[in-house]
Amino acid sequence: MSNNTSSETHHMSYGTYIMVWLGLVALTAITVSVAGLNFGSITLTVALLIATAKTFLVMNYFMHVKFEHTVFKIFIAVCIITFIIMITLTFFDLSFR
Amino acid sequence: MANGTAAAHVNDVDFYHYEGKHKGIMSWLLTTDHKRIGIMYLAAIVVFFLAAMMLGVLMRIEALTPGQTIMKPQTYNSIFTFHGVIMIFLFIIPAVPAVFGNFFLPIQLGAKDVSFPRLNLFSWYLYMAGGLIALLSLFTGGGAADTGWTFYVPYSIRSSANVSLSVFGAFVLGFSSIVTGLNFITTIHRMRAPGMSWFRMPLFAWALYATSWIQVLATPVIGITLFLIVLERAFGIGVFDPALGGDPLLYQHMFWIYSHPAVYIMILPAMGVVSEIIPTFAKKDIFGYKQIALSSLAIALIGYLVWGHHMFTSGMSDTSRVVFSLLTFLVAIPTGVKVFNWVATLYKGSIEIKVPLLFVMAFIFIFSIGGLTGLVQGALATDIHLTDTYFIVGHFHYVMFGGMGTIFFAALHYWFPKMFGKTYNEKVAIISATLFVIGFNMFYFTMFILGYLGMPRRYYDYLPQYQGLHVFSSIGAFIMVTGIVLMFGNLLRGLIKGEKATANPWGGTTLEWRIASPPPLENFDEIPVVTGGPYVHDRETYIMNPIKVIHKEEEAVH
Repeated sequence: MSNNTSSETHHMSYGTYIMVWLGLVALTAITVSVAGLNFGSITLTVALLIATAKTFLVMNYFMHVKFEHTVFKIFIAVCIITFIIMITLTFFDLSFR
Repeated sequence: MANGTAAAHVNDVDFYHYEGKHKGIMSWLLTTDHKRIGIMYLAAIVVFFLAAMMLGVLMRIEALTPGQTIMKPQTYNSIFTFHGVIMIFLFIIPAVPAVFGNFFLPIQLGAKDVSFPRLNLFSWYLYMAGGLIALLSLFTGGGAADTGWTFYVPYSIRSSANVSLSVFGAFVLGFSSIVTGLNFITTIHRMRAPGMSWFRMPLFAWALYATSWIQVLATPVIGITLFLIVLERAFGIGVFDPALGGDPLLYQHMFWIYSHPAVYIMILPAMGVVSEIIPTFAKKDIFGYKQIALSSLAIALIGYLVWGHHMFTSGMSDTSRVVFSLLTFLVAIPTGVKVFNWVATLYKGSIEIKVPLLFVMAFIFIFSIGGLTGLVQGALATDIHLTDTYFIVGHFHYVMFGGMGTIFFAALHYWFPKMFGKTYNEKVAIISATLFVIGFNMFYFTMFILGYLGMPRRYYDYLPQYQGLHVFSSIGAFIMVTGIVLMFGNLLRGLIKGEKATANPWGGTTLEWRIASPPPLENFDEIPVVTGGPYVHDRETYIMNPIKVIHKEEEAVH
């Protein structure tokens, strides 16, 4: 098939990779430092939000999702949304028990 | 991709008689032909189904009298567990997609095979491995699992029976399901014939598409959940054990996050088959094509959000229960859309009553009862009374066995001439279908009454006041089983002695009816071109052998 050539058509500089890596290191540092703060019930939410940002960077740059065809982005979005729904509906119960 | 006349020589004989690299049994075990793989699934699934049905018969014999009739309580626990495990994981989930999906999806799309034929064979091996592991667990370790097919903690962690191995069997079966789903999604996206836009796809393909997404997205959750049980049993890591800081309710969430969408994995392909059979026998285009197609996706989507309704009495907060109850009621909407569209297709149709349509009409009747009793349980107040009673067992069998099981039989009768190139005895088929429907309703409707009166599920013993209804239910079971045995006997006889089937015995309009019965190895000599919807009866919507057609036209011009 000739229409699936996205992996050949994009090039990223080492500089971009290093910047993304530094971003990941910085976010890891933030995760560690905020773990020491007492956020109460939103501690988990904060940790998950930072982890989500890191996932976003890894998927887009290291896994090249940024350069993929729209249909793959939709597939990934479906999976992520499903996962968010599972987590939300499972754990929102805890706030009302 | 092979195309054009190059395929003609492999298509001179049907796929059973094509002699490839391997001969005899190896031509099956090493095949990558989607049709052969479908037949191999069929053989395995029918064997598992009959085995689990016999376990069900043993349970109904046991229930004839209070106290011990033919078995001890521990045996009864193991039997209902394995009846459930086999029926759910080895029959209902894979039956329609793995057998008829494998066989007919590529043909209906105008393709020569699925997108990943080797992966397809691999999924069959995973299926067989999972089944054998589950069987092995019966005879090893502490004996057959006794937890029920739901493997609820803490019992599944503490039971001395061989839970780990049977759970591992289900884990492997999950992979088979994921792989099949992945294959179908890719096939539907990439392999449709020219001109087959999304809204020209047969509705069976739409149903398989929605199902495949659930398989891919939900099955990993059950995989990790079952694996956690094994880890809990082996190492006591404490995810579900409250004594170690775990939460048993988390298990129920994770189990039902898969297992509720799984009921849609079971029923959606069956609904797809209904949408194939009705227009064929009503000789009419389907009413509300887009609505039926999109309602499959809507069911898949909403079906994802309702798992908590299995846990109304498990200790969730009131807010959660109200939210899950509300979401549950929403599923009735797309389901209703389907049912009304099917009935509307029959309206003013030129209806030809044949066995597949009889099964479909039985399905609509049975499934409507099953669906409506589901709403009774979806309502919080009534559910408290009915939880863990025979009402649940009745409901589940009405929607799953009456829904998917009936349609599995319908599909067998509908596609039998195409799959095997033989016909069966119509009269015997009608008698067996009638016995099945009468027996089914006696068997399971009685369970609604028993449950309403307070008979708990999974109980070996019961109070004498329930005996009359239990006996009536068991008689229904025996009638139903007689019907099923007669049906398989009739099909087997057709397979051996049946007359040769024509290419299109029912007047179907989808692509599988445009090729020989049984189909040739590569299905089509040339990939067809699609020019219209799948259920149009009054004009051609496919150009078969388009290259030959062009050549003929060119010759005519010259």
